[in-house]
Amino acid sequence: MASILEESGFNPGADLKIVGTNPIKHDGLDKVMGRAKFGADAFLPGMLVGKILRSPHAHANIKSIDTSKAEALPGVKSVITSADFPEKKAGTPPGDMTRNVMAREKALYDGHPVAAVAATSEKIAKQALKLIEVDYEVLPHVIDPVEAMKPDAPILHDYLRTKGVDGAEDKQTNVTERMVTQLGDADTGFEEADVIVERSYDSKPMHQGYIEPQGCIADYSEDGQIEVWCCTQAPFVYRDRLSAILDIDCNKINVQQSELGGGFGGKTGFYGEPLAIMLSKKASRAVKIVLSRIEVFRGTGPVSGTSYTIKMGCKKDGTITAASAEMIFQSGPYAGSMYFNAPNAMFTRYDLKNVDITAYEVLSNRQKVASFRAPCVPQIVFGVEGVVDEMARKIEMDPIDFRLKNACDDGHTTIYGDTWGPIGFIETLKQAKESDHYKTPVKEGEGRGISTGFWFNRGGETAASLNLAPDGTVTIATGTADVAGSRISISMMAAEELGIPVDQVRVKMVDTNSLGFNRVTAGSRTTFSVGMVIVDSARKCIAELRSRAAEMWDVPEDGVIFEDGMVRPASANVGDFEPMSIADICKKTTMSHGAISGHTEMNVTGAGPGFAVNIVDVKVDENTGRTDVTRYTVIQDVGKAIHPDQVVGQIQGGAIQGVGWALNEEYIYGDDGRLQNAGFLDYRMPVASDVPMVDTIMVEVPNPAHPFGLRGVGEVPVVPTMAAVGNAIGDAIGIRPTSLPMSPPKVLDIIEQAKAEGVYKG
Amino acid sequence: MDDVRYEAPESPDAASSLLAEAGGGGKVFAGGTDVMVQIHAELIDPGVIVDIKNVPGTQEISESDGAYTFGAATAGMVLMDHEGFSSTWPGVIDGVALIGSIQVKGRASVGGNVCNASPAADSTPAMIAAGAICNIVGPGGERTAPVEDIVTGPGKTSLADGEFIMSFSMPKRPAHSGDAYLRLTPRTEMDIAVVGAGVNITLDDDGTCTAARVSLGAVAPTPLLVADAAAALIGTKVDDAALTKMGEACSAACNPISDKRGTKEYRIKTAAVIGRRAAEIALERAREN
Repeated sequence: MASILEESGFNPGADLKIVGTNPIKHDGLDKVMGRAKFGADAFLPGMLVGKILRSPHAHANIKSIDTSKAEALPGVKSVITSADFPEKKAGTPPGDMTRNVMAREKALYDGHPVAAVAATSEKIAKQALKLIEVDYEVLPHVIDPVEAMKPDAPILHDYLRTKGVDGAEDKQTNVTERMVTQLGDADTGFEEADVIVERSYDSKPMHQGYIEPQGCIADYSEDGQIEVWCCTQAPFVYRDRLSAILDIDCNKINVQQSELGGGFGGKTGFYGEPLAIMLSKKASRAVKIVLSRIEVFRGTGPVSGTSYTIKMGCKKDGTITAASAEMIFQSGPYAGSMYFNAPNAMFTRYDLKNVDITAYEVLSNRQKVASFRAPCVPQIVFGVEGVVDEMARKIEMDPIDFRLKNACDDGHTTIYGDTWGPIGFIETLKQAKESDHYKTPVKEGEGRGISTGFWFNRGGETAASLNLAPDGTVTIATGTADVAGSRISISMMAAEELGIPVDQVRVKMVDTNSLGFNRVTAGSRTTFSVGMVIVDSARKCIAELRSRAAEMWDVPEDGVIFEDGMVRPASANVGDFEPMSIADICKKTTMSHGAISGHTEMNVTGAGPGFAVNIVDVKVDENTGRTDVTRYTVIQDVGKAIHPDQVVGQIQGGAIQGVGWALNEEYIYGDDGRLQNAGFLDYRMPVASDVPMVDTIMVEVPNPAHPFGLRGVGEVPVVPTMAAVGNAIGDAIGIRPTSLPMSPPKVLDIIEQAKAEGVYKG
Repeated sequence: MDDVRYEAPESPDAASSLLAEAGGGGKVFAGGTDVMVQIHAELIDPGVIVDIKNVPGTQEISESDGAYTFGAATAGMVLMDHEGFSSTWPGVIDGVALIGSIQVKGRASVGGNVCNASPAADSTPAMIAAGAICNIVGPGGERTAPVEDIVTGPGKTSLADGEFIMSFSMPKRPAHSGDAYLRLTPRTEMDIAVVGAGVNITLDDDGTCTAARVSLGAVAPTPLLVADAAAALIGTKVDDAALTKMGEACSAACNPISDKRGTKEYRIKTAAVIGRRAAEIALERAREN
């Protein structure tokens, strides 16, 4: 059914009773008590344990695989290789997908699956893996993206040609695409500049750091119906892609999402699910595959590493006249980096007239990259905001004033063509300047950094049903995954609209057989989009409640109004009727037209852009290069915080992930192309004592396209972080680092350089 | 992973016999915080696990005339909570306190930390600096050895088949003594040392250093006892010149590798910094008692 929400009905003066409060999450107690069921927590009768054999080589031809000894081992019920999957053309999306979950002609990274077994116990499954004989022809490998672009680099795919480059038809390459994004005339813009700053930067791939490893169970019945239980941000996308690579109808694959123990973009694509399905098909038993932490690091995708140069120019009054960039984004063995976000977001928030950006995506012998919180933007903003800061310093302008001078306002038309409605960037900058943190002088021996960030926020296909029970309580079925607490926010919006307590609403994430297509939870779309759909569904219920009341009272429908959870006569002229609650009507639906539900599908538009400003103080150990973040404040436009505590959690989480990315997190490879730090002991995400309490200032410039004015809040918090920490370190030691992570050995080298150049601050 | 036999003998001889019978296939089990992780990661595949915690003396802390002995399997948190021990050997406690989380320390032991034989073990340099002695039981009876003689390389010890450490004996503490352990890690905790330094010093009534021991971790295949660094302090007032010389001796003693936890150059450079800072803490503690 189409939406009735033609206009959002946003009312800036609305007297909101539930939106803006902090009720306890409905799914919270189960999580605290260990009752919540995650990917690994499904158990079916007779289920088998699935295990994956992975390539120990970064690049190798697979000459043959002999599984006969593994198949002969008692307790082994099925063994699969790529031969068990339909052939899909290499270099196409399904061709790449099927090869990534199971190597076909070649193993393309350390950890690339080459076979899988299902057995009656984990022990037998592990023994069986050792009995599989793979004949590899080891090939030279390349992991660094700059190396991978060189003419003599090992080639991953003979067939690959670079898109977007004339005359590339004959040349083998690892570069998938060259993408140019332009606005105005950058050359002229640079000629107008009084100050030009140009710097080169690099960053390492970043692991999303979810605590729950991927886990799934698949049950392939004899009549071809497949049930899949898994932790995912994208149940419908998983279903459709499984259909595409397995040649099975969508309606025969039912994906039920489990609770999610963190995703941050890392659970937008499948790994074990297609293997579990094919093992189950062969074994006629359900098969469960739960990745170990080592497998998560070796076999699943981080976000792209980068190498890039940023050049910007400004006038003496601070007006930025031009910006240009040349950027390399590291993908894994297949295209799939979300690098196209970078040109559209990296400078966006500044009102630039002349921009020239060239971006390359480059393949390498490491895991296929995946999404991560504002994919491919924070690692570039690390450089952009470094250059912005340096320009401000050169013209001796306050860093916030410099940004205010160039900040976009309402009605700005972006480089990607959208024209914005009301936005809160200027307000966030003003509140940053007025904040206690900014007004407090930097402590002796410390440094302070400022940075800003933008994220689009998204909408997209969303479907949900809102059902009224006979007692007037509400159940909601949605198919957009809850990855961070959206269920309580959805409950609150429904309760606000229906005028009932939030405890009378429960939200369930249903399987893919139960609703139309829902887009992946990504892009900060979920609370916004499901909110739109749920408000629409609630309004449909309200219309029906009025209709039923009109029928019961035998009055025209426009003689019935709905307010504060009750239907009432619109005026005394309509008649003297006792107002009825939702329950009063619902308990009598058996005698009218049956149960009342609202159901809506929408391709949601109108997501309001998000902006954030970071202020960070750091202390750098002069003799070890170790950085401590001592104070951190985030100022972010959230539109309207539906559940403010949840929003604060999003902001703090983003900032802390950024601190890890800024200071220590990196994948470390040996010369043999094997990952050396596959685990949280040596992949150094921050622990609680590594970060101060992150202070938050929520700016609320409402998004009028949403009934309650909200904007997505999940992604923009990470965008400015590494730049802010980098600017703070630069302020502390005299030279601004340009390479992520800004780990102690690198920073110690910069300190020594600063001392040698006489610019060390200390 | 093949089947693993679990044994929990109740006497030193029984434990020693089980280990001796297993040859190289036996694994001593105290807290299990390394053993279990290594089994799950398929780094080791022991035929028999010999849990020594039921052997009398492996979990006791005793004191006689100021000299402490504690069981090799005593959990880290138990040591930390022992007022007498922790006030006498604050440097050993510095090292113990840095091992894993509180939950891990609820099981992890100093004996396990030493015998796991990681060059980066946090309690080992502190124990070496303290001059701790291992009381070893084996098929040939009992023997003693200083802690610095136990680790012979990453994952390797000088213990013969059938031998295990029952307990550690600490020397009696002279007046004006202090010890400290400090490590460098990128994170504040839950990390592995890039450089670790244990320093133990004794001053006379005038504040002149009369005895010192310095041990470094994570800068060589084994934890090091650095005699030159100690010599730089002995006979001095532990002033800036002595501390600088001591730091230089620490750097000079390093023989590290470059790996995922730090480069060779960085380790050599920072060994001086961490060694000196540990000495400064030890000095402050020595002056306080």
